[in-house]
Amino acid sequence: MDFRYLPMTETDKQEMLDTIGVSSTDELFSDIPEKVRLKEVLNLKAPKSEADLKKELVQMANKNYNLMEYTSFLGAGVYDHFIPSVVDHVISRSEFYTAYTPYQPEISQGELQAIFEFQTMISELTGMPVANSSMYDGGTSLAEAVNLSAAQTRKKKILVSKAVHPESQAVIETYGKGPNLEIVYIDHINGRTDLNQLAHELDEKTASVVMQYPNFFGQIEPLAEVRNILDQQSKAMFIVSSNPLSLGYLTPPGKFGADIVVGDTQVFGIPAQFGGPHCGYFATTEKLMRKIPGRLVGQTTDEYGLRGFVLTLQAREQHIRRDKATSNICSNQALNALASSVAMSSIGKHGLKKMSELNMQKARYAKKKFEDAGFEVISTGSFFNEFVVKLPVTVKEANDMLLEKGFIGGYDLATYYPELEGHMLVAVTEIRTKEEIDAFVKELGDIHE
Amino acid sequence: MNNQDFPLIFERSKEGRVSFNLPDIDVPVVDLEAELTETYVRQEAPELPEVSELDIIRHYTGLSNRNYGVDSGFYPLGSCTMKYNPKINEDVARLNGFSHVHPYQDPKTVQGALEMMFDLQESLKEITGMAGVSLQSAAGAHGEWTGLMMIRAFHEANGDYHRTKVIVPDSAHGTNPASATVAGFEAVTVKSNENGLVDLEDLKRVVGDDVAALMLTNPNTLGLFETEILEMAEIVHGAGGKLYYDGANLNAIMGYARPGDMGFDVVHLNLHKTFTGPHGGGGPGSGPVGVSAELEPYLPKPLIVKQDDFYTFEYDRPQSIGRVKPYYGNFGINLRAYTYIRTMGAEGLKKVSEYAVLNANYMMRKLEKAYDLPYSQHCKHEFVLSGRRQKKLGVRTLDIAKRLLDFSYHPPTIYFPLNVEEALMVEPTETESKETLDGFIDTMLQIAEEAENNPEIVQEAPHHTVVKRMDETTAARKPILRYYKD
Repeated sequence: MDFRYLPMTETDKQEMLDTIGVSSTDELFSDIPEKVRLKEVLNLKAPKSEADLKKELVQMANKNYNLMEYTSFLGAGVYDHFIPSVVDHVISRSEFYTAYTPYQPEISQGELQAIFEFQTMISELTGMPVANSSMYDGGTSLAEAVNLSAAQTRKKKILVSKAVHPESQAVIETYGKGPNLEIVYIDHINGRTDLNQLAHELDEKTASVVMQYPNFFGQIEPLAEVRNILDQQSKAMFIVSSNPLSLGYLTPPGKFGADIVVGDTQVFGIPAQFGGPHCGYFATTEKLMRKIPGRLVGQTTDEYGLRGFVLTLQAREQHIRRDKATSNICSNQALNALASSVAMSSIGKHGLKKMSELNMQKARYAKKKFEDAGFEVISTGSFFNEFVVKLPVTVKEANDMLLEKGFIGGYDLATYYPELEGHMLVAVTEIRTKEEIDAFVKELGDIHE
Repeated sequence: MNNQDFPLIFERSKEGRVSFNLPDIDVPVVDLEAELTETYVRQEAPELPEVSELDIIRHYTGLSNRNYGVDSGFYPLGSCTMKYNPKINEDVARLNGFSHVHPYQDPKTVQGALEMMFDLQESLKEITGMAGVSLQSAAGAHGEWTGLMMIRAFHEANGDYHRTKVIVPDSAHGTNPASATVAGFEAVTVKSNENGLVDLEDLKRVVGDDVAALMLTNPNTLGLFETEILEMAEIVHGAGGKLYYDGANLNAIMGYARPGDMGFDVVHLNLHKTFTGPHGGGGPGSGPVGVSAELEPYLPKPLIVKQDDFYTFEYDRPQSIGRVKPYYGNFGINLRAYTYIRTMGAEGLKKVSEYAVLNANYMMRKLEKAYDLPYSQHCKHEFVLSGRRQKKLGVRTLDIAKRLLDFSYHPPTIYFPLNVEEALMVEPTETESKETLDGFIDTMLQIAEEAENNPEIVQEAPHHTVVKRMDETTAARKPILRYYKD
């Protein structure tokens, strides 16, 4: 078979072998010891033509129920927001997506400037002075924040709210095994962190307190109160994971004296794509600027005095500092940071507040519809665009029924919170219409009766 | 040539411009400010730009014109495998059934996605010769750390808590020692010998019952195959340690040899290198991890399994190191890699390595006349030159790299590996034509000649880029990491 990505002809090959002074390419592999040389052909599916493969993969894609065809109320960390068309057009520019990390600034000003703009936007949203160029995702970014807090304070005890995304909790645990951290969980009461328990656990051994805002249950944690508790009792660092869309309306964590703010910009221009790639962000204080993991872009000038951008403070990073680096991260999510920058530019200063508000209004309408239909909605305070509904059946049973009616139902909280059997986490974004919300509540109401 | 500052998106902003139409509010409105109270209602709007849709397109198109990708030209960046990124991969990744699928949908509604992941796990097992594969790690360094955490869990399960050291060669990628530290180990260096390979005597010296693992790339970062790999495996295994394979250089040996057959216990792959996931200007990547049967219980969870004809997640893995990432890995990148593997098959992947190695050796033999070649045996997919001859003329490797920009090439990796003075690390990849290689060779020979006869033109390069060399010292001393409106 011919391979369209391999341009060498037999004539080329012969000329090149002559230049090298060998008679066959096999000779170039003679340094591989006989004992480890592969004797058989790899057992892989036979290569396919572009046309045949595309047909097969389209069929494979069609086996998946997708969010464009089903009306989804599923969130729990990954959200179905409208993606402006400009986003994909920009990230499809191959000067961006086929480029390497911008280590050669003279031919990478496009990427470097785009990242500098991303850092600025994240800094604005979070209310923190410094943001890096991206992390893998919100969960690993949070885990890196926790490890940084332990290194910075030289303490091991970490207080993590159980209202933090459960998969982020799991990632914190795995990352924490490296430096042997002691993770102490703080319970939630009806979907909000138990601040009494937090105050009780907080002591001089505590490296940091980890909260999510809005939290996994959609609720807006009272960060002002958490700040007070921290101020009164400890020098522990304050780490907040935050959905950046919500910060269009909510007071940013920086205003509550957060030391590190992390999260995921999937809400801005990045499709769900079965959980990845998304895009973590990492924002912090001036004090921690030289401890931040990952790449940073800085502004400078060239020999002629023109403004330009470079990767900077690289002495923190693995390729310079090796085993003393602040993190091992190398590849990040640059292209997705670009997608989010384009989306944030498109949404704009005033659009962001409106979009955030629209999510909150629609979610409140849906909550009221559920309450009117006789459902118990678990909530002790204000929330963003998600809330918890108690069902008379398991969430799986409800979702099976909803699927037949064209809905992808909410998240089954029993997955990670066994005590919340029959509790569905419902997400309502700006793209859900009143009709869709009405129909969704009606279908669930039919079970209720 | 552009001799003025390119505006920031914020500098294009004008009060009142929009480029996003939100849907109208179609539900009754409640008083949010009253509900949240002043404490939680944002008082100052974040300074995002206010621009029109055309402003956005012009801005980012302008930025893209100030950037350089594989589609722009030759990118012989050693260690990074900057090969062509097939367009079918991009199209497939954008199908609604792949891009608009939520990770928490019921498995019965995502059988296509799970089938792809299962099939990819199986393909990577076969390509590497490992018993199990997890697709969860997001990038190479993430895969390294994942692998080391599994090795740590393995030793601890055996009551072996004293294995605190991880050995890395002096030629290793910086991520190797950094990942060792993050996993809670101490990185220890093993020296290279005069042939550019791991010095077995030094390895014997550093190995011991306190060693958890040896991390190795094979071929190594000099592009040389570690011919004594079986002896090294014996030394490390004999002392109770494990062998870790950094898959950054797998492009050299696909279909010719497998890490699993060389005695490696853990392998990570860089799907954005070997398997054509684009680099995206720095990411996203994907770094799946493969393990031997002995280490399989420690793989991150969940794995994708096939039960009869149904694909689903396997969470019941009590010895697993847990999660290394929310959800299931960088699915979109894994899908691109899968599309590539299905395009090439076994025959195609072997040809990939054949041509990657042929191209590298051809260039090496053409360039060794003008540049020092510290290790002269056949290379694999990349080779390392030294610019020390030019340095004596006052032309540094950095200057050579910058001069290449004038000819519209991305330069090779420079000053790495660390054990070669003034290193220039060249990796042509298999997707480049002979004409492209010859063009680059001619340019490199010309620059070598310039270094002798007209060094200023090299020392002052680049001459034709949108900006000249940047003041990196000031950037680091007085960091400006964001824009502020005056």
